[in-house]
Amino acid sequence: MTQTTDTTLSAGREQLRAALHQYGGILVSLILLCVIFTVLNERFMTVANLTNILQQVAVVAIAAFGMTWVILLGEIDLSIGSIIAVAGMAGAQALAFGWGFAPALLFTLLAGAAMGLVNGVLTARLMLPSFIVTVATMGIYRGLVSLPTNGAPAMISDPAWTAIGSDSWLGLPIIIWIVVALFLFNHVLLSRTTFGRRAYLTGGNREAALYSGIKVDRLKIAIFTLSGVMAAVSGILLSSRLYSAQTNAGMSYELDAIAAAVLGGTSLAGGVGTMVGTLIGALIIGVMNNGMNMLSVPYFYQLIVKGLVILIAVWLDVRAKQKRG
Amino acid sequence: MNQPAEFVLSLRDIRKSFGPVEALKSMRLDVRPGRVHTILGENGAGKSTLMKILVGVHPPSGGEMMLDGRAYAPQSPKDAAAQGLAIVFQELSLCNNLSVAENIMATHEPARFGFINDRTLRANARALVRELGLPVDVTAKVGRLSIAQRQLVEIAKGLSRPAKVLILDEPTSSLSDSEAEILFRIIDRLKARGTAIIYISHRMEEIMRLSDDITVIRDGAYVATRARDETCIEELIALMVGRRMDEIYPPRLSPVPGADMPPMIAVRGLSCAGRFRDVGFEVRPGEILGFFGLIGSGRSDVMNALFGMRQASGEIRIDGKPARLRNPADAIAAGIGFVTENRKEEGLALGAPVRSNISMAALDGFAGKGGFLRFGSERRAARAEVQRLGVRTNSLETLAGKLSGGNQQKIVLAKWLLTRPRVLILDEPTRGVDVGAKFEIYRIIRELAAEGTAILLVSSELPEVLGLADRIAIMAEGELRATLARRDLTPELVMAHATGTHQ
Repeated sequence: MTQTTDTTLSAGREQLRAALHQYGGILVSLILLCVIFTVLNERFMTVANLTNILQQVAVVAIAAFGMTWVILLGEIDLSIGSIIAVAGMAGAQALAFGWGFAPALLFTLLAGAAMGLVNGVLTARLMLPSFIVTVATMGIYRGLVSLPTNGAPAMISDPAWTAIGSDSWLGLPIIIWIVVALFLFNHVLLSRTTFGRRAYLTGGNREAALYSGIKVDRLKIAIFTLSGVMAAVSGILLSSRLYSAQTNAGMSYELDAIAAAVLGGTSLAGGVGTMVGTLIGALIIGVMNNGMNMLSVPYFYQLIVKGLVILIAVWLDVRAKQKRG
Repeated sequence: MNQPAEFVLSLRDIRKSFGPVEALKSMRLDVRPGRVHTILGENGAGKSTLMKILVGVHPPSGGEMMLDGRAYAPQSPKDAAAQGLAIVFQELSLCNNLSVAENIMATHEPARFGFINDRTLRANARALVRELGLPVDVTAKVGRLSIAQRQLVEIAKGLSRPAKVLILDEPTSSLSDSEAEILFRIIDRLKARGTAIIYISHRMEEIMRLSDDITVIRDGAYVATRARDETCIEELIALMVGRRMDEIYPPRLSPVPGADMPPMIAVRGLSCAGRFRDVGFEVRPGEILGFFGLIGSGRSDVMNALFGMRQASGEIRIDGKPARLRNPADAIAAGIGFVTENRKEEGLALGAPVRSNISMAALDGFAGKGGFLRFGSERRAARAEVQRLGVRTNSLETLAGKLSGGNQQKIVLAKWLLTRPRVLILDEPTRGVDVGAKFEIYRIIRELAAEGTAILLVSSELPEVLGLADRIAIMAEGELRATLARRDLTPELVMAHATGTHQ
């Protein structure tokens, strides 16, 4: 029997059902966490604190958008923590040379793109596993950060640069506007364009994608480059909030970004995942960090709790998907 | 004659429901020791569900099963194996990076304290391989074997434990005729030992040759059991599809194009070192050129070269214009479509919905400025193909992996039809597909030819090539041995060319 949905109305309803099917589990986790923290601390559920969470989550969320693309392809990018640091330093140096805000910004984004491009070319053209390539470049990029200053932090005093992390526009911190804008950009690119569709198909079955005329190598390079650019934006935000570029900035952020993507339902096998899921995943991580800080939970306990929550969330998700078959 | 002890396996009134869906209703089966019992049914008739119940993957919703006179209710495939019921899956379940021996002995490796005794493992595997007469080296990595060899290893794996009943699920779907012969010899040996064999296949000639008993099922229900000697192919097909099928190969819908018509694709001197040499042929619009050769003859390599997946020297002209095909994107742009041999490996993204699988090769056609997808036109086009090809799917959003083999194959076909190819390569288009779906695929091939598509039909099923092609190109050892008109050919003559014994 050929039975297909006939009207856009029922197609919309089907999409809604699919969305609940997809995000139900992690949305419940997010809400549950919020309820728990609200009960434990009355200051948690305030506008001021929620804005604060969004600001804190921004750096990881943006890096996680890039990571989602890479994981969708069935690859991994472990170098983004280092790219975050290099980006901050590149910006600080450009500003120190007196290039001015806009050229420094552009230079920083290009630096991120170049580092992502290297990851992509090594992975796609030399056919090296991306895990190994990015473990190597993680070290190399981390080393590059220290070259200009011999390991010392570089101060940033440019008012426009530091405004990104501290000023507001229309009552909302600029950082949040940037996250929202980049979320929409990535979401639309992934779900509504041929580029996004090709990423899904290539991640789902590389051979089939190749035989269908998709230029798989080119796509891979583009996606690693995109991941580099996203990490560079994270680096700009981080250096702006810290008023400086630190050599150890963004350390282990790649793991938070992977956790956000995977919590959000991105499959490490490739082919499955959404930006909406990743955003929710990043929020879960942000809410946990913020809530536990407010309760003055010691850092080491936070690490343990975070690890357990990720395990449980992913396990619940996997189980639910198996049940629905 | 109907005493229960006579049957090694006996099923009565087996039912299975998945939620509201009744996959099996009132299934019965009586299997005797030392006989080959074929189960015949279209895709979706319930064969897979039945097999899964037999090996303990699913418990039945009702009915009773007896194995060797005792109630049989396997809890898991392992439990089923322990009770003497082994299965060889149609889908390869081998680990490519392990050796043949390791795969054969998987899950019951000779071990002490958890340490595997490699020498015994290899010796056991070697003994089994020798007993079965398989042409494989047990120390080779499975990843290096051909698909056909892997299938034989799969069978050895299923036989690595003593079994009262052995289930073979489409074991020959990836075997050439000579390899299938090896399998048939194995089956004869097992029969002599008293093993009962439940055989699943879509190849009617093979079924008629191998089976002792044939049970036909349709729509999840038992239809009839026939002894092989009391039935014929026509009767079985009629039982299976519930209607008479006058002809398996539909007739041409258009006249064969004359020799004066310029070719749509002309290939001259195509060579690829170590793969094939000096291959040349032409196909006119509306013509079906059959490409026949044994596995390893180079026919798939030639097709890959035509599609830009393998670099080759020589000249390819499409519609009179020389074409440079460096990658599949070039080939698609030149008007070539390629229904690949392995739908799961090169055809479909199984985790993606039917809709995006169908639009995969023609994606740019559904995009506006800036690469934004036009979902409405994509959905309409996908739905039109689904209807035209009679794909059975709940919706366009169903994941391709959830469809049966025949329906998956139709999705691959739909994907290429959407590119409106001028030249369509079909590599084993009906492999692992049931008779009903086969017939529909043949009908589509005829339609495409009538619309003026030049068709290259690669198949290792000789009746299929003879039944559909206008001319047949025969390959052996990387060379094109002969290209002859269908009417000048007999099966014997084709095989003589293909095996190099002609004159």
